[in-house]
Amino acid sequence: MFKTASGEEIFIIDGHIHNWNASKANQKNVHGEQFINCFYGYHSFLSPKEKLWSLEKFEHYGTEQLYNDLFVDGYDDMAIFQPTYLKDFYVDGFNTTEQNAVLKEKHPNRFIVNGAFDPRDEEAGLDALDELAATHKLKGVKLYTAEWKGASRGYKLTDPWAQKYLERCEKLGIKNIHVHKGPTILPLDKDAFDVTDIDHVATDFQNLNFIVEHCGLPRLDDFCWIATQETNVYGGLAVALPFIRKQPKYFAQIISQLLMFLGPDKLLYGSDYGIWTPDWLVEDFMAFELPEDISKESGVTLDLEVKKKILGLNAARLYGIDIEVQKLLLASERADVDAQKKLRAESLIAVAA
Amino acid sequence: MSAVRVKPDRAGQVQACLATVMDPELDESVTELGFVTEVELIGDSEVRVSFRLPTYWCAANFAFLMADDMRTAVLALPWVTGVQVHLGEHMYAEAINRGVAEGANFQTTFGADSQGDLESLRRTFLLKAFQRRQAALLDYLLGAGYTASQLVLLETAALVPLCPDAESQNLNERYLARRAVAGGGKEAFVNTEGVAILAEALPGYLRDLRRVSINAEFNGALCRGLQAVRYGEAAPQPIHFIRRLVPTPLPAALTASLPAALPASLSASLPTINI
Repeated sequence: MFKTASGEEIFIIDGHIHNWNASKANQKNVHGEQFINCFYGYHSFLSPKEKLWSLEKFEHYGTEQLYNDLFVDGYDDMAIFQPTYLKDFYVDGFNTTEQNAVLKEKHPNRFIVNGAFDPRDEEAGLDALDELAATHKLKGVKLYTAEWKGASRGYKLTDPWAQKYLERCEKLGIKNIHVHKGPTILPLDKDAFDVTDIDHVATDFQNLNFIVEHCGLPRLDDFCWIATQETNVYGGLAVALPFIRKQPKYFAQIISQLLMFLGPDKLLYGSDYGIWTPDWLVEDFMAFELPEDISKESGVTLDLEVKKKILGLNAARLYGIDIEVQKLLLASERADVDAQKKLRAESLIAVAA
Repeated sequence: MSAVRVKPDRAGQVQACLATVMDPELDESVTELGFVTEVELIGDSEVRVSFRLPTYWCAANFAFLMADDMRTAVLALPWVTGVQVHLGEHMYAEAINRGVAEGANFQTTFGADSQGDLESLRRTFLLKAFQRRQAALLDYLLGAGYTASQLVLLETAALVPLCPDAESQNLNERYLARRAVAGGGKEAFVNTEGVAILAEALPGYLRDLRRVSINAEFNGALCRGLQAVRYGEAAPQPIHFIRRLVPTPLPAALTASLPAALPASLSASLPTINI
């Protein structure tokens, strides 16, 4: 919950978070080590100095730290787990639906747990998806089309098996398909960044929403064209948003293009926690104004109404969340958080005295 | 055979060759980006080039393209009989180093897979580079006071006198180096299909090109940041090819042959330069 200067409360749904375990003990091989090092590079490059973590903490911050960073120190009211299994790199996986579900059990009103599938698992994977959907009442999945698997250099959503999986999603009520079309996180081939498959499946599967994570940033130009033609294509701002602090001009250019082509109803805030934390991201975003030359050229506005949509209303619509009901459900938990904050503030004063 | 540093003149020649090799996605030179870490001479005529990338995960196909381009560029020197290109600290370093050394293509190196068509990837990025360089030059020329209707009539050879200083010459040379990728006739400014651009369509056309530039500069910023963190060095400064320069008057001979300026309403809608 972010409170504006005038006292208005903004309900915030973080569309992209992780609860990973990349500790040395869980690293299976050099790939596991290099994978988290790369994430740490993103963290170190774009985080404000005072928000930098040690690599050790970054590798495995744990669930208490996560809760604190999102909901106590951060402004998130709810958050969506986007799993990344990586079982070839990590003994127990990097960030699995099962791990995330443990935290949801503890805080059922705070989290949305998404699943994952890989169409290259063919028939067996479909059965596993049925089971995963039943266990976790899935409303969304996170996909990595760029992932190499054996001799395969990734897949397209238009592949026959992928089509079968999307049909199954429709049947299971999994409406939100988050697709990582972003910076390199796994070895990529020619088609890895390509966003054109989104164009086809968005047309064929009108009942599904396709949330393109990181806005296809290495291919923002292609993505904007596709997203403008499809009513069910959305952009996730994870990785784009953190540029707001150190490279605000780049961020202004990107968000203005996205607003111009997708409009304010199609963009979702995501912190990509633990790479970045919601506290500074939300503060910066709420304070952000488009430079005059950019708003003039693009003809778009980024006012409070638009920000409210991006920070929560759009995700609430996609995931069927009634914000007023959710506020009631979260009332006691929020009171605990407030009490915790108060206690912390008092102890700080005591230390200072 | 022991490795020794390259003699100064030869080192310069190798460096000059390597400077022409671009990161396909960023359209910046691998030397400017700080990717090349060492150049060594083995014996009299063999060169060993070491390079690294911002992350362990950087796309294998881009890494392969750069390694292959470096090898080809340095082999073009008359005194060079062999080139070893060595990529370090990368997930597929071994496969890429072996593949490039054997002169194998990407498919052979990474196993048969129809998706490994590197040539069409190369062309995609050459076209993106063409667009980005064209946008930079057009932005400069519009900023210098030339109008859309003047610019669309120009032939490539007529660009030189419009770029009087080092910075604008660089913009022009960069553009001309990619102009042939798009094909078409003698017109200086064509789209990626080689079709000449119409004056009235130029503002919208430029707005579209700007997205290509934003993308590339965004990726560039990310790559530099990650590289700096990974190797603990200060990030090389970003290269902005789009920049408002001091306007230069149009040579009188050229002005005389040009049609009247755009209507005021259309000129007003020309995009401003803000990258």
